[in-house]
Order: sequence, then structure tokens, then C-alpha cells
Amino acid sequence: MAFGLLATADADLMEIIGLSLRVSLTALLISCLIGLPLGALVATCRFRGRSALLVLMNALMGLPPVVVGLIVYLYLSRSGPLGWMQLLYTPTAMIIAQTILITPIIAALSRQILEDMHEEYSEQFRSMNVPWRAEIAALLWDGRFSLMTVALAGFGRSIAEVGAVIIVGGNIDHLTRVMTTAIALETSKGDLPLALALGLVLLVIALAVNALAFVMRQAASKFAYG
Amino acid sequence: MRLNVACMFAGLIFSGLTLTVQAQEKSIFIQSTTSTANSGLYDHLLPKFEAASGIKAHVVAVGTGQAIRNARNCDGDVLLVHAKAAEEAFVASGYGVKRFDLMYNDFVIVGPQADPAKISGVAEVGTALKQIADSGAPFASRGDDSGTHKKELALWKAAGIDPEPASGSWYRATGSGMGATLNVAVGMGAYALTDRATWLNFKNKSDFKILTEGDAALFNQYGVMLVNPAKCPDVKAEHGQAFIDWLLSPAGQSHIAGHTVGGQQLFFPNAK
Amino acid sequence: MPLQVDGLTLVIGGERLIDGISLTITEPGISVVMGFNGAGKSLFLRLLHGLVPQSAGSVHWAGKANSEDVRRRQAMVFQTPVLLRRSAAANIDFALKVQGLGSARRRDELLELVGLSGLADRPARLLSGGEQQRLALARALSCRPEVLFLDEPTANLDPASVALIEETLNGAAADGMKIIFVTHDVGQARRLGAEIVFLHHGKVEEQSPASAFFAKPASSVAQAYLEGRIVI
Repeated sequence: MAFGLLATADADLMEIIGLSLRVSLTALLISCLIGLPLGALVATCRFRGRSALLVLMNALMGLPPVVVGLIVYLYLSRSGPLGWMQLLYTPTAMIIAQTILITPIIAALSRQILEDMHEEYSEQFRSMNVPWRAEIAALLWDGRFSLMTVALAGFGRSIAEVGAVIIVGGNIDHLTRVMTTAIALETSKGDLPLALALGLVLLVIALAVNALAFVMRQAASKFAYG
Repeated sequence: MRLNVACMFAGLIFSGLTLTVQAQEKSIFIQSTTSTANSGLYDHLLPKFEAASGIKAHVVAVGTGQAIRNARNCDGDVLLVHAKAAEEAFVASGYGVKRFDLMYNDFVIVGPQADPAKISGVAEVGTALKQIADSGAPFASRGDDSGTHKKELALWKAAGIDPEPASGSWYRATGSGMGATLNVAVGMGAYALTDRATWLNFKNKSDFKILTEGDAALFNQYGVMLVNPAKCPDVKAEHGQAFIDWLLSPAGQSHIAGHTVGGQQLFFPNAK
Repeated sequence: MPLQVDGLTLVIGGERLIDGISLTITEPGISVVMGFNGAGKSLFLRLLHGLVPQSAGSVHWAGKANSEDVRRRQAMVFQTPVLLRRSAAANIDFALKVQGLGSARRRDELLELVGLSGLADRPARLLSGGEQQRLALARALSCRPEVLFLDEPTANLDPASVALIEETLNGAAADGMKIIFVTHDVGQARRLGAEIVFLHHGKVEEQSPASAFFAKPASSVAQAYLEGRIVI
């Protein structure tokens, strides 16, 4: 049934898949833009409160999506402090919620990878007087394949979660309905076979994204990696 | 290649933003209940309304209690729910402009074929509930402050039964939506109170069927009202009112009557 | 140059790992630091290069105290080369770029110098141990340092790589580069050293011209070391 759904390329389904990918990939991009430098910063710098930040980052990896959704809802609600932006029940709101959800994952996991690399590189870099920013850039670039796995972990979390997007997106047909909220909806209608088929489609998407990342890595490592 | 990836992501963000912009063009948000949304009523009505008015209506389908709370937070332009007392309180506190009766259907009690409490054919809903309580057969409650939940509590009260002490034994509050609660009921062979529209649309019925129906106490009135722009300045009052006017008009009322599932009419218009 | 070290001390966990070293190095060419394992040779090198802050004492290069500025005119090759996860050429490019010297010609010259021209595009971490160390040496030379430190760079390398590295170092020293070289390969010390600094238990036991040292070491510890005896 799942493949039947995909094969018929039902327009509504394609729209839902498209929005799922758009929301989760955008959230992933923003999370990487915030989380990777943050991870690199904590990995390479010693400062007061670092341990506290570390514990916080690791703890935030376990943020329940519903809680994130609720907090974002309270901010974006028209009666909330950011209500004037009129973002509630839009894909942008979903992107914001998922960004908050996965940035700690990106930051905490990349921190671990980058700290191990930093330990390896730091004496050599100090000997070469590598400026701090160039050092972070080098760590991020040299760690790019490991960091890609981190990004995939973040993507997996965001594409699979339902709790946050259903609250801030509202599961509105043709506007904010994504794969997971559609699955929740079909389940609530008691249409379990359709819900399961949609779940399989989601699985296929996740597989496709991971396979794409794998192929990219294989191709890229032919050029550069050691 | 890095550049390509960057461009792709930039495109994604941009398209995300444009979607937002589109959403703000001549559109309204309706805070409503899962029973109306899941029955396909909006899929039936909204394209007709959009064709008539050029206004795009987006439905957020949650429980009645949640819908009213969201509307109190100004996160909607129109409220369409089924809990008359709560709706009147909503209007009285200034958040709603004016409440209109829109349509009705009825609640039913569904249960397994085996019917351990022998309520099949019992005309009085109070009697049926008493039999369920006496037999100790499981009963799945919404337990989520929704319109259906409020109705169920009122029915227990009228029957002179307080199910609360039995919570966890035969009385099981799921704290979920109607569909989820029905799934739970089917899963554990429990009775449940549901609105007829949701039940007719529900696909995971197993051997469940309607056991009690037709009592006047099971009447289910839906009301519609505009969220008050005096309390919520961002409310799109003009468009929201246009939607309400259309629903209450002869055209809207006849479209409501025209929505059927398997030949059965789900909602009966009764605007005055 | 010259190098002036006064009362250099490093205490870690209450242990005096470097114990009040004072010495002057004015000799050009290659100074070889020798000593038993645990004598403090590597730490001494790191202190001179400013990688480890000393507990007491001072290091002056041509009258200037150790600083980032001083370090900019120095380079170091470690016992285990730490190479970036990139191609051999990209490793050199990175070093050149850090110094704002990036040029493809200079990179090719350096790779040529250490015999890696044919392996420029090979991922650095897939090179053999000897090739990796030669690449590390080329990278160290990329900034045209006035002083080059090497910490047992040829331990466990293939003879061809050892020969090439020694030849490169001799060439650099002939061009006026000061080289401070830690090894406990006596043969290598004989081949390269113009001067020997012998460390024992974090102290300088002896500092002599190589010819004198190998003819007859002044200290009994160095004597024992050369004879292959164990001294605790």
C-alpha cells in the first residue's frame, strides 16, 4: 500500500512529503548554522560555566517535542510576546520549533567529535600559531564526514517528531500538514492501514535521505579523506 | 558542490518564507473540533466557501476545550465547537462576539458485539450508563475537557453516578482525542461515548457497533462565533464574519445538510 | 638566536620534571638533545618552543622572551605527525595559508624537497609512516623558520625516510636554520649533531661539541648512556 501510494504520486501526498522535507531540512540547516559553531566553541574553549553549559546541552538533547511545541506556541500565539509576527500555524513556526528541538542535538554531538579532534590537533596548531577562527574552520572541515552523521541524527529526530509540529502547525490541510501529523490524523480516524502506509512512506524518505548522504560521503571521500 | 548544497538550502528557507506570506493573504483560521474535521465536513464546505468569497479558511482541529483556550489566546478568527455552556461563557467573558446555533447531530454509545453490560436497545442513556457501571464493563472516556467529554460527564451526573472513583478500574480516561479514544476502546473492548459523525467515519471499528442512540439527552448542538476583535486586535473580523454569515445563510445550511458519508447525513443545520 | 635559558623549571603534580635548567646555545647548525627515556627531553623542547608554560625561569631568543611572536619564527615536528584529514598538498596549503604565504609553487617545492611530489593528491592519513613524517617536515619548513624543533621524528621510520629527513635537515642547517633535535639514536646524533646537550632527571648533565662528547663524555651518566648501560 505504501508503494502504491508513492507510485500513484497522489498530489496531496506529494505536497505533504514536500512540506515535511522542507520544514525538517530547513530546521536542520539552521540548527547546523547555530549548533556546529556552538559545539566547536565549547569543544575548543575553556571558560567559566563551560561544564554547566555542557550538561545543559546534553540534557536538552532529551527535550520532549511536546514541551518545545508548547513553549513555541506560547511565544507565537497572537496573545504571546511574538504574536505580532503572525507566525503561528505556518511552516515557519514548525521550522522554529524543530530548530529548537534539534540544535542541542547538533551542538552536543558535534561538541564530542570536535573535542576529540581538537585534542589531537591542538598542540600542532599552537606550534603553527593557527588563529582560533581558522582552527575552528579546520576542525569543522576535517570533521565533516563525522558531522554529517550528526546532521543525519538531527534530521531523523525532526522528520520523525509529531509533538511539536502538531501544536505550532495545527496540522492544517494544504498548509501545515506533514507526514507525522498526517499519520496521527489517520490513526485518529481509525484508518490504521493508511496510517501504517504513510509511516512506511516516511521510512522510505528517511532511507532515501540517508542513502543520499552515504553516496555523497563515498564520492567526497574519494577526493579528500584519509 | 558545497555551493550547490548551500543554494538548495537557501531555496528551502525562501520557499518556507513565501509559504508564510501566502498564508496571510485573505485567509482565516477556524478553531474547531476533531469531530467536524474528521467527518470530512470542512473538506466538503471550505472549497464552496472559498469559491463564493475568495477567502481561504484553515482549520485547526483539536478538542473543544483546547479550541476555546486557543481562541482565548487569540489564535483563531472563528470558533466552531460543541459545548454550549462553555461557548456562552466564552462570549460572556468578552472573547466571543455572539454565539449562533449552527447545526446538530447526536451522540451514541458504541461497544463490542458481545455487549457485556447488555445495553443494546436500551432507550434511556441513563439506564445504559448505570448498567455499564454496575457490570463493571470497561468504559473509555475522552478525559480531555472536550465537548464530548463535558457531555459524557453531564450524562453520568444525570444518571446519578460518579465514575471518578472507578478511574483506573473499569472507567478509563484516555486524555486523548475522539479517534484515539475509539482506538483504545476497540483495543480493550470498552464502551465509549462518541458523536455520530466521527463514528461513521471511523475505520477501525472491528466488531463494534452503536448500542445506545436516540435519547433526547444525546443531542449534540454545534455553535459558531467570531473571536472578538475588541479583545484580539489581530482577528480578521470581516473575513471571519463573512464565513459565519455564509454558514448561517440558506446556501451554507443546505451545504451542511448535503454532506453525507455512505448515504448518511452527518449534521443537521438548525440556524435560526 | 642565540638562545638563553635561565633556571627553567617545570613542576607538575609536585614533581620537578624540568629542574632549573640554565644554558646558552650560540652554536649554529644542529644541536642534539639526548638522554634516557623520562629525562625530560620532550618537555624541554616544548618549553623552548613555548607550547608548555614554565613554572619558573625564562627562555630568551636573541634577547626576546618567549611569546607568540617568537613562536611565529619557529616550527616543530612531533614524534607522531598530526596531519589534517586532507590531501598531502592541502596540508601544506593550510600551513602556508595560516602564514598568509599561500602559493602553489612554494607548495610544490616543499613536496619536491621531501620527495612527495608524486603523492600530492593522496590523503595524508593514507601515507606510510615515513611519508607522513616527511610531509610534517615539509609543513614545518613551509614558514621558513629561524628555529626548527624535532622531537624524535625518525623513531620507527623506514631507513629511506630517515636518510631523506637527515639530508633535508643538513641542508636546512647549512642554509642557516637553527635546529634543535631530540633523539636517543646515538648513531643519528653522531651523524647530525654539531653540539650535544645531555639531559638527566630534568637537568643538563653536559653540553659539549659533538666531537668532544663522542670522544669522551665529561659526565659518567653520558658515558654510561653511550656504552648502552642502564642508569636509574
